[in-house]
Amino acid sequence: MIETEPAPSMSDHPPIGDDALHPYIPLTPDDRAAMLATIGVADTDALFADIPAHLRNPDLDLPPALPEPALVAHMRALAAANVTAETHACFLGAGAYRHYRPALVDPLVMRGEYLTSYTPYQPEVSQGTLQTIFEFQSLVCALTGMDVANAGMYDGATALAEACLMACAVTGRRRIAISDRVHPHWIAVVRNYAHGRDIAVDVQPHAEFAVTAEHACLAVQQPDFLGRVSTSAQSWADAAHDAGALFVAAADPVSLGLYRPPSDYGADIVVGEGQSLGVPLSFGGPYVGLFACRDKYIRQMPGRIVGETTDLDGRRGYVLTLQTREQHIRRERATSNICTSQQLIALSTAVYLAALGPHGLRRVAELSYARAHDLARRIASIPGYTVEDDEPWFCEFVVRTPRPVDEINRALLEHNIIGGLDVSDVRNRMLLCATEMNSDDELDRLVGALSEVEASR
Amino acid sequence: MTDDRRPATAPRLEPTLAELHRPGRIATSLPDAPPADLRPPASLTRTDLPLPELSQLDVVRHYTRLSQLNWSIDTHMYPLGSCTMKLNPKVDDLAASLPGFAEAHPMQPAEQVPGALALMYELQRTLAEISGLDDASLAPLAGAQGELAGVLVIKAYLESIGERRTTIVVPDSAHGTNPATASMAGFDVVAVKPQPDGDMDLEELRKALEEHGPTVAALMITQPSTLGLFDRNILQISEMVHAHGALMYGDGANLNAIAGQVKPGDLGFDVLHINLHKTFSQPHGGGGPGAGPIAVRAFLAPFLPSPHVVLNGDSSGGASAPRDAAEAGSSMLEAGRDTRSSVQHPASTFALIDPPRSIGRLGAHAGNFGVLVRAYAYIRALGPDGVRAMSEAAVLNANYVQARLREAYELPHDRICMHETLFSARRQKARNNIKALDIAKRLIDYGFHPPTMYFPLVVEEALLVEPTESESKETLDAFCDAMLAIAAECDSDPDLVRGAPHGAPLRRLDEATAARKPKLRW
Repeated sequence: MIETEPAPSMSDHPPIGDDALHPYIPLTPDDRAAMLATIGVADTDALFADIPAHLRNPDLDLPPALPEPALVAHMRALAAANVTAETHACFLGAGAYRHYRPALVDPLVMRGEYLTSYTPYQPEVSQGTLQTIFEFQSLVCALTGMDVANAGMYDGATALAEACLMACAVTGRRRIAISDRVHPHWIAVVRNYAHGRDIAVDVQPHAEFAVTAEHACLAVQQPDFLGRVSTSAQSWADAAHDAGALFVAAADPVSLGLYRPPSDYGADIVVGEGQSLGVPLSFGGPYVGLFACRDKYIRQMPGRIVGETTDLDGRRGYVLTLQTREQHIRRERATSNICTSQQLIALSTAVYLAALGPHGLRRVAELSYARAHDLARRIASIPGYTVEDDEPWFCEFVVRTPRPVDEINRALLEHNIIGGLDVSDVRNRMLLCATEMNSDDELDRLVGALSEVEASR
Repeated sequence: MTDDRRPATAPRLEPTLAELHRPGRIATSLPDAPPADLRPPASLTRTDLPLPELSQLDVVRHYTRLSQLNWSIDTHMYPLGSCTMKLNPKVDDLAASLPGFAEAHPMQPAEQVPGALALMYELQRTLAEISGLDDASLAPLAGAQGELAGVLVIKAYLESIGERRTTIVVPDSAHGTNPATASMAGFDVVAVKPQPDGDMDLEELRKALEEHGPTVAALMITQPSTLGLFDRNILQISEMVHAHGALMYGDGANLNAIAGQVKPGDLGFDVLHINLHKTFSQPHGGGGPGAGPIAVRAFLAPFLPSPHVVLNGDSSGGASAPRDAAEAGSSMLEAGRDTRSSVQHPASTFALIDPPRSIGRLGAHAGNFGVLVRAYAYIRALGPDGVRAMSEAAVLNANYVQARLREAYELPHDRICMHETLFSARRQKARNNIKALDIAKRLIDYGFHPPTMYFPLVVEEALLVEPTESESKETLDAFCDAMLAIAAECDSDPDLVRGAPHGAPLRRLDEATAARKPKLRW
């Protein structure tokens, strides 16, 4: 239909060694000349004439361009300078968990058709992304037991913050109650989001919650920051509901392969950090926040949502829907300003769940539980170490250590071990995590090194 | 172009995971179950877990087939205005996937991750330099969150000097995130209209500033604007805003037009957010991840989000540092560094700190690190001359498209554009009852992703075309030929255009029913 000019022959090329070539910018000098002539200007400076002339072409103090081989070498050198879970045995958790990423996940997720597409505003040519979002929403509902889920938030912490703001919108109240056992970084994000809207945040002591008629919600985390799984969650939900507040539960999705879902104990909104579903640690991101709620709150839910529909021929398809909640329609009255989120990571978690299925996810959770409990049992038998074991926990636990935690971690590093997080209060306390990724050999090495630290006193 | 061999009543393109489910299948093998004494009490565990069970081939085919229903930069020109859909170099993906980055745990002490922090430090400096500002934060996880962070920084600064300012002025051509963000940060929004040539109406601005005077905290504008135009009054605007004691907030969504050509700080901006998934080529991933760093003037730096990367002069602070690794991180940065750059960090270490009067955290960790790695690699591949060449070519490409299509489609603002060009289908609508949407859908039949439609809202039947610097002249010509052919079809065969697309995996979808009777899960 469209006539195109004949392609130049291979013999038609500029002299080899032309320094002006850059792989990211295909215009040749001939192209430029022809294009400028079509536009009717002498040079590209004319295209920038609206910029105050005295401010044009500023000095740009950046290092010079690196050709690709040098760039790769430079990036490898920077990467190699880091101590990581690849080079060392890693027993850190505290909100980011290493689980096995099945080999099929990356080749599928990194397909250019997913990786380099935009938000699916044109559904006729975006059914791939749209259907994977619909399936992601369905999988999040299955895990959490909730009625509806969105396409994902930035991370677990922002999902929790948005859940608290949503509770304020639902109840018309301007005060949030949150458990002091929620990850401290997550509480900080909740405070930050709430501060913007002049909403008060009450951080309340665990199990002594005082939810009043002023509170929009009670927010808890399960397992909590120190890995504990409470059997009293239903009573917290009742306390929130008795005060007319919503009950917001943050849950680790891998733990939901094993534990009762938050819908079982009265949650109205469930959020979670999707990273544990096989997403690389990647120094903290990109991750994805999970967000699900009860049916009746759909129209207050933030973020993108995909729904099923049909095309003109009656064939099933998917579209972004309920967009009147969103910023590009409702502007300052939107439920949130969220726009670009973490779609590729949501896809990654969906592929992970498809690869594992219910039996696989259950197994990952069981193995993590078993590894961590085996480790705790062995550490508890080392003189000088005490495991805090008065409440049930999943795959993270607190060990009281005989010496300051940073001292112990320094010693562990010499054994190529990344130790636990320092959560000392008046006592020396370390938060240790183990998953199915920690081998028997790694457990032996950690136990051996901890014994050595104590013996060398 | 309808494929007549396709059964007219084919119910679906690809089954869902739930439809593929067959009990007894699994796609990944895992170790045996642990012994019974290492399992949790039954009272806490769930009995049902309704996830689909699939074979490995099921999973691979499902996601491969679904991917083939997507258009992407890798497969098609994708000229979405204000989205900067440019080449996503594969070497950037390689860099982000290196185990030294991908396997670094976010709660590790700073001394253990000098390479990661060196990269972040350098990227902070680089973004501040391109912005013409003094410091930058990489914490915001997306452009909209960068906006929120920037506005919260302004709010915190004003509170610190005892000023209570509650209003933010936003042009009504702005991205929807601007007013939504201002509202999230607790500000009232006042909108101002542009004048007919697309520049901000200074008289309207003067009135808004006078009416709301001492309550105005900031003017939030995109430069170049969402009309694809560089506002020629920018220096006067900055002066007026600053004269009222308010700050200039820049939405950097369109930085691809001016990076290296002019520094936003020199234009008067005090805060700028930068979408790394636009100008700096982070792949968009079907809707993220992106990142929205903010650059600020020095007086706002104490309020930047936590955490922030700083360079410690001495290396004794990191007692548990693997010293050689720390030094490797800083010396690695110097390798390949331009000698013009004066920053040297011998035997120094990097630290993650909370700025003294920080607005706080924006996420659980230090930012979308994998995105930062890609953006850093992208900028290092370009260098200063490449950054200039990038914006120059982006602007040249957009003006070429404008020149080729100006007779066929109305130009609401007939002047040189920046990196994107804004058309209106008003003429086609009046003459043939063909809307911008129809033209966009017809482009699909020609093998081009549609441009942005109906944005900015201030222009009727808007079609915003952003070709980016990545496209060749041949591709631009083919795109323009298609647009011209469609303009002709609007007269010769309007039903063909109104019924488009005809060759896509699906025809137009019923969005009204989707919203009225939401089916949001299987």
